[in-house]
Amino acid sequence: MAKSHKPVVWFPFAAGGTVIAFCIPVIVVLTFLAALGHVPSGLSYERMHAFAGSGLGKLIIFGVLALSLWSSAHRLRCTFYDFGVRADTLVATVLYVAAIVASIASALFLLRI
Amino acid sequence: MTPLKERLVQLEVLRYNPDTDTEAHFQRYEVVCQEEWVVLDALNKVKADIDPTLNFRWSCHMAVCGSCGMMINGEPKLSCHAFLRSYEGVIRVEPLAHFPIERDLVTAPDDFMEKLKRVKPYIIPKEKKPISEGEYKQTPAQLMKFRQYSMCINCMLCYAACPEYGLTPDFIGPAALTLAHRYNLDSRDGGRLARQEVVATHEGVWDCTFVGACSEVCPAHVDPASALQQMKITSSIDWIVEHLIPGGKS
Repeated sequence: MAKSHKPVVWFPFAAGGTVIAFCIPVIVVLTFLAALGHVPSGLSYERMHAFAGSGLGKLIIFGVLALSLWSSAHRLRCTFYDFGVRADTLVATVLYVAAIVASIASALFLLRI
Repeated sequence: MTPLKERLVQLEVLRYNPDTDTEAHFQRYEVVCQEEWVVLDALNKVKADIDPTLNFRWSCHMAVCGSCGMMINGEPKLSCHAFLRSYEGVIRVEPLAHFPIERDLVTAPDDFMEKLKRVKPYIIPKEKKPISEGEYKQTPAQLMKFRQYSMCINCMLCYAACPEYGLTPDFIGPAALTLAHRYNLDSRDGGRLARQEVVATHEGVWDCTFVGACSEVCPAHVDPASALQQMKITSSIDWIVEHLIPGGKS
């Protein structure tokens, strides 16, 4: 039996899973707070815009988005597999392409800031 | 001493006799049990008093031997560890899922036994030394690294719980892979690369999608899911060394 090449897709999935576990709950809470009108001064629009405008800020935001997207795509692929959908190549292609397209879009939006 | 409370237990047991039946069917038994009994006691009472033709495996009656695994109300359990007081109404008892039925509640474990052999579940010494040089010593800290993964009793509940094994019978599966991990983590062992030939394949850890049901049903708290995730990390590092580092060999 040949060794699997799955680490190529699994490593970014694992990294994304870690990012999601740490960042997404915080982002959800902050979004709700912002929606209710409680924006901490450190997270004001001007400060966030300046953060996203800096090179490091762009890199961090892109890292969080791209890894989260990849992780979600892979998790969804596994879920399809668990439910017995065995068209794995098709499912994987559609989901990974979606994650890559969304990542490229977020990179383009970040570069325009 | 107060007398033990009795209860009329209704069991719905899957029956299959390969000599006479074309397919399996359920049979209902009503049996008077003590409130404190486990499902295995109820089955033994049925066999002793009502129907001596009922077949099932068991041995120790104390969750150590791993031979009395069954589906109880659809969940993989050791029947010696499934207390009647945890169930209401009719208790449905079926053979372990994902294994071929041999007769009644007895399944054929051949597939698991064959996979167990393939992961080389024994110490492959780093360097062989003559008996005159004494034993291979280990510190308590070295023991604790793998001890949890050595507690498996081969009851196969994790295989019955794993949806992936049900869908992909080639999957090496939770218990066998966990045992490979147990030996990989042993300070006396040098066989990890030999085991990787099975572990790092698609049928090895990569068929696992981390559902986690194996760890939920494990009666020995081995946590096979964690072993498999740890092996995915080491297999990924191996892959990077092998493919991305010039001259790197796993």
